[in-house]
Amino acid sequence: MDAMLYRRRAATNYLILSLSFAATGAGLLVLFLIMWSLLRNGIPALGFDFFTQNTPPPDRSGGLLNAIYGSLVMTAVATAVGTPVGILCGTFLAEFSRSSKLAMTVRFINDILLSAPSIVIGLFVYEVMVVPMGHFSGWAGSMALAILVVPVVVRTSENMLSLVPASLREAAFALGAPQWKVVVLVVYRAAMQGMLTGVLLAVARIAGETAPLLFTALNNQFWSSNMNGPMGNLPVVIFQFALSPYADWQRLAWGGALLITLAILSLNIIARFLANWSSFEK
Amino acid sequence: MTFEITPMETPSRPRPHLINVPAPERESGAPADQPAEQPVAKAEIKDLRFYYRDYEALKGINLALHDKRVTAFIGPSGCGKSTLLRILNRIYQLYPDQRATGQVLVDGQDILDPKQDLNLLRARIGMVFQKPTPFPMSIYDNIAFGIRLYQRLGPRELDERVEEALRRAALWDEVKDKLRESGLSLSGGQQQRLCIARAIAVKPEILLLDEPASALDPISTQRIEELISELKSDYCIAIVTHNMQQAARSSDYTAFMYLGQLIEFNTTEAIFTHPKERQTEDYITGRFG
Repeated sequence: MDAMLYRRRAATNYLILSLSFAATGAGLLVLFLIMWSLLRNGIPALGFDFFTQNTPPPDRSGGLLNAIYGSLVMTAVATAVGTPVGILCGTFLAEFSRSSKLAMTVRFINDILLSAPSIVIGLFVYEVMVVPMGHFSGWAGSMALAILVVPVVVRTSENMLSLVPASLREAAFALGAPQWKVVVLVVYRAAMQGMLTGVLLAVARIAGETAPLLFTALNNQFWSSNMNGPMGNLPVVIFQFALSPYADWQRLAWGGALLITLAILSLNIIARFLANWSSFEK
Repeated sequence: MTFEITPMETPSRPRPHLINVPAPERESGAPADQPAEQPVAKAEIKDLRFYYRDYEALKGINLALHDKRVTAFIGPSGCGKSTLLRILNRIYQLYPDQRATGQVLVDGQDILDPKQDLNLLRARIGMVFQKPTPFPMSIYDNIAFGIRLYQRLGPRELDERVEEALRRAALWDEVKDKLRESGLSLSGGQQQRLCIARAIAVKPEILLLDEPASALDPISTQRIEELISELKSDYCIAIVTHNMQQAARSSDYTAFMYLGQLIEFNTTEAIFTHPKERQTEDYITGRFG
């Protein structure tokens, strides 16, 4: 009886373990296939021209300089706009009003924003910025991306601030520090790495977004540093070039996809490294 | 109910060093030929009650904390001794569900008055917590943090104040070559002395110690106790402790609390040699259940 029970348990254990391994393997396999096809098709596209030439007309050689530049600028502007808003809101939720009605509401709305389809945000910015201005623009693209940054940063900074032990706040208050100094000089420092991680993850999230840019920055096949006009950007270029029938464009699309993937991968690795580092120091 | 106490001898066989301790009135460094100087009451607690929501955690406490003396609060877990300490700098007010009634007169002024400025109050009444709480900044900045809050000092003066605080906390020799390193890099005992240095750097009038040595090893504990007797000459000190020997060794007065009430309050010598209350005796002899 006992032996049977043991065998049954061992068999169940074996079965569940196999299923877990299979699931893990399937996930890794997909990831590996994506990386492999990206590397195989993308590496040949990466060259000197890729980083120094603008997007070419069909069947001419060229690069993605204008798109890379546009993506960098819009991502930077979006981060610069979205991060302070997100951190301040996270601070409000974690430090000043943890369980008020207002905080609950803000938290709820933020969660909705966090999971809102990015194309809806693109449409929203199209309505409130592109239509009144009468043209697509880099600013509109940046705003759409900034709206995506905010909820990520709100969530992570609130979480990271909440992880700071109450005893640290009490110790600072016990010295007679006013609340804003407690938050800025002590709690922020303690949560710094975690909040930075959140910002990096937000950047990684928007770096590859296509949908919010389609209606806002559109695209620009020429060099443009004018934020007031349509601006080239990697995701939309990849979208257009990958769908085109021209081999050169398709090649560039692969290269762009590889570039974005590597950028996001390294952001995630840095974020992971920062997060570990902070928990190590604690 | 369990609490971390080490069994002590019964009062019928008092510890030798307890007998030899002079009466607290004469211990403060006052010349022996002068008549025993009556200690000055620094803080008077009157009918103090405290509530967590509706739960009454303190049920009318009356006692006085004397200047330049150490008052120890002992009692089983949950008896309200930490709560009492947390009222004295009104740190409890960080939490909306907690409130206190009654009076706490510090130099005759009621600090429970809603008009009392909390930041100024806390600058006058320092507190050290059970777990070391170094700020995530350099050792130097940990100490300078509190000083900078209420004083504008030049770099040299600030250096001096930091050094003075670290010396008084008996930490200077261990950290003088690494003042720019993170306070988190220190050992637990050093971190706690850093917190004490940080608290005395702002020159408070009263020092509240909430089980300052309970998370430390015996050697660090001994250093903290030495430190307390050092600091006594300048401050009014209140210490909460689970460790009866610690109370016996380092305090002049002892308050025994139980279930939110002050059972007995007297000189430490009297409490540990001939307690008046049965409960006190049971507790300090470890017979308490």
